[in-house]
Amino acid sequence: MNKHVSPRMNRRAFVIGTAAVGAGLAIGLDIPFGGPAVVRAADGSPEIGAWVVVRPDDTVVIRIARSEMGQGSLTGLAQLVAEELECDWSKVSTEYPTPGQSVARKRVWGDFSTGGSRGIRSSHDYVRKGGATARVMLIQAAAEAWKVPASECTAANSVITHTPSSKTTTYGKVAEDAAKLTPPADVKLKDAKDWKLIGKGVKRLDTADKTTGAMTYGIDVKLPGMLNAAIKDCPVFGGKVKSFDEAKIAGMKGVKKVVKVGDTAVAVVADTWWHAKTALEALPIVWDEGDNAKVSSESIAKWLTEGLANEQPAYVGNKNGDAKAAIAGAARKIEAVYSYPYQNHATMEPMNATAVYTADKCEVWCGTQNGEAAFAATLEASGLPAEKCDVHKVMPGGGFGRRGQTDYVRQAVLIAKQMPGTPIKLLWSREEDMAHGRYHPITQCKMTGAFDADNNLVALHYRLSGQSILFSLRPEALQNGMDPAAFQGVAQSGEAAFGYSVPNLLIEHAMRNPHVPPGFWRGVNVNHNAIYMECFMDELAQAAGQDPLEFRRKLMGNHPKHLAVLNAVAEKIGWSTPAPQGVYRGIAQVMGYGSYVAGAAEISVTDGNKIKVHRIVASTDPGYVVNPAQVERQIAGSFVYGLSALFYGGCTVKDGRIEQTNFDTYNSMRINEMPKVESVMVPSGGFWGGVGEPTIGVAAPAVLNAYFAATGKRIRSVPLRDQNITFA
Amino acid sequence: MANLTINEKNFTLEVEPDTPLLWAIRENAGLTGTKYGCGIAQCGACTVHIDGVATRSCGVSVSEAVGKKITTIEGLASASSLHKVQEAWIAQDVPQCGYCQSGMIMAVAALLTEKPKPTDADIDEAITNICRCGTFQQVREAIHTIASA
Repeated sequence: MNKHVSPRMNRRAFVIGTAAVGAGLAIGLDIPFGGPAVVRAADGSPEIGAWVVVRPDDTVVIRIARSEMGQGSLTGLAQLVAEELECDWSKVSTEYPTPGQSVARKRVWGDFSTGGSRGIRSSHDYVRKGGATARVMLIQAAAEAWKVPASECTAANSVITHTPSSKTTTYGKVAEDAAKLTPPADVKLKDAKDWKLIGKGVKRLDTADKTTGAMTYGIDVKLPGMLNAAIKDCPVFGGKVKSFDEAKIAGMKGVKKVVKVGDTAVAVVADTWWHAKTALEALPIVWDEGDNAKVSSESIAKWLTEGLANEQPAYVGNKNGDAKAAIAGAARKIEAVYSYPYQNHATMEPMNATAVYTADKCEVWCGTQNGEAAFAATLEASGLPAEKCDVHKVMPGGGFGRRGQTDYVRQAVLIAKQMPGTPIKLLWSREEDMAHGRYHPITQCKMTGAFDADNNLVALHYRLSGQSILFSLRPEALQNGMDPAAFQGVAQSGEAAFGYSVPNLLIEHAMRNPHVPPGFWRGVNVNHNAIYMECFMDELAQAAGQDPLEFRRKLMGNHPKHLAVLNAVAEKIGWSTPAPQGVYRGIAQVMGYGSYVAGAAEISVTDGNKIKVHRIVASTDPGYVVNPAQVERQIAGSFVYGLSALFYGGCTVKDGRIEQTNFDTYNSMRINEMPKVESVMVPSGGFWGGVGEPTIGVAAPAVLNAYFAATGKRIRSVPLRDQNITFA
Repeated sequence: MANLTINEKNFTLEVEPDTPLLWAIRENAGLTGTKYGCGIAQCGACTVHIDGVATRSCGVSVSEAVGKKITTIEGLASASSLHKVQEAWIAQDVPQCGYCQSGMIMAVAALLTEKPKPTDADIDEAITNICRCGTFQQVREAIHTIASA
């Protein structure tokens, strides 16, 4: 069987429970890297710069700092390094450095954070330089051994050739000497036209173990003597533990300890998680729920609605002309109010982390989108300094933004701290995961469009009211109190710029921050902004008596890249020709995360409320496509995530807590509901955009606009299940 | 204490009879390829075969599984080769995060035993597992590839 299974991820990084783990992948950490002394990987092979380890057998280990969580960045990043390294791709495996090692080496691997679709787009330059640096050093080592100028040597497929003499050697043979060289101060990267590996849909490096059950996710971590913990945090956000009656579960099977976790949670530690969870459910806990227990979806909606009124203060995010005056003086105006609810990430694997604490060391194993943030949480919760802590990243069963937060890491350390020396695996139940998400923020939006007598759009006022993620999670990123990220997709300029030109425009945000903790949920603020703007664009087109595509095109003359992706989906879906009998089309476009995306859907509707999605076409311009096969999967996956949220999602609040408890009340699309997504990639080059998130923005509005085309009914709130609309 | 037959091996497990089979498999037998996703038989991440039938193991108690033939993802391959579903999954790069795929593969393997050449409608009816990454397109294509082999 082994010959069929060739795990391309370096197993050493994932084998848990042996002394090797935690020992560090590189020794000699006090040696400045690149100096005459060689830095070695755990198996003794030399590093050729921090990103590359070359073994004597010519196999290459590429270090990856960002996290793989299904999105394929691990493979894409390895492609970037290998492109410049000129190594044999079939002999590449990958390895995660730990955050502790990175800190000890002055953050030689840069940022670990894997969110905002930035895995590739914000590290492509330095990881390619890491590959190029190693190539130059390997060639130099061969040239010195041959006593020839390095300029006469080339490298390809891990083989170095001295062109005049046709002498050859391999990377593995010169690695030891290369590791002793001083790295070049600067290296020239290849021109895009010379790429051989970037742009190829090579197979992922992490697939085999995911088909046999061998992949270690956080939930699978095993350490000697490990106990398991189940946890219940106060269901009302902001509430606290008042008391719990430990005696009631004394003697229950397997229970070892009941612990308070911070001020807000209680955990039961037992031999197995099933015993821990069973005992926790039997444990009487009294909560001090606080004033937030009075909050409901209705009270939040009322507060947000107040924020839509012009008299209330708001931050201006995008403006030209005088929209209010133009609307007041217009021949005709159209107005609509939309809303978008809280959403839970609902990663397939519930939150979990395993921690071991002693007075001298604290180590954590977990799936995380940000190893460094998990490391910081470990330091803070343990109270130990950086040199006594580390975090070992394992495969997360989904992230979607949720695992960029570290609440579960902190909890695991706080529990482990109360049982020094005993490894503790903390696993949340699905119910805990639903109750303690970091939810897609809640917003409402009032839009007013105004036309002149010739049906030209002369003004647009877009007034958001609702929650700011940055206010809660990154207050230092606010600008004079304003959340610039609130305008993702409708911003004046930058990586999420508005794609239309309107002579009088006002886009503003009245901030309202309910007590429900918000988070970065795949697509983040692009989700609701794209729904609001793209559905309202359809309303405006209808009011003007124009085709939705043509109406948009007229406003997009100054936004050629936005327009190009829109045109690409229009052409692919056949917008200019009639849809099949009984089938209706909707279209949408947006920019996010540095990429331009558009989507179109063909649907039919029976009984006015049963939707069958027949076809989806999606177009993306991310500048460069590193791995088209993975980009295609991210596009299709964005539709599954976005349409699940549209049809089945929505988290509601009652008595200060989230009402949805599991997949029976927070459902997700199945295979029968999802058509094939036809992707059209139109990379225009010259920039690097993200691909994990932007497409989700067009998923819902494409379907909602098609629903209007089919029924004449506008849907202005999510989820559809609240309006008794479902999949056919 | 319970005697279970998992992947053609006998396990004597220190476990209460009302424990969900999922947790006996994961925590007592130590086979962690079978995943926990919901605990209420909604998501399918814990799908195993019980006497050849795809079953959500979180909804079956240990006592109900005694005397039956249980197959988990770890027991799907033969000694010499992977199961055709696993091979197709690798060839077509089906998984993204992969967490749901053990259950997905077990569900597909059972479907193909019952219907070696399933139609799209057969797939729609039989494969009801949740995949939050959204691999459905690759799942469907891989099933058809196996069926047409």
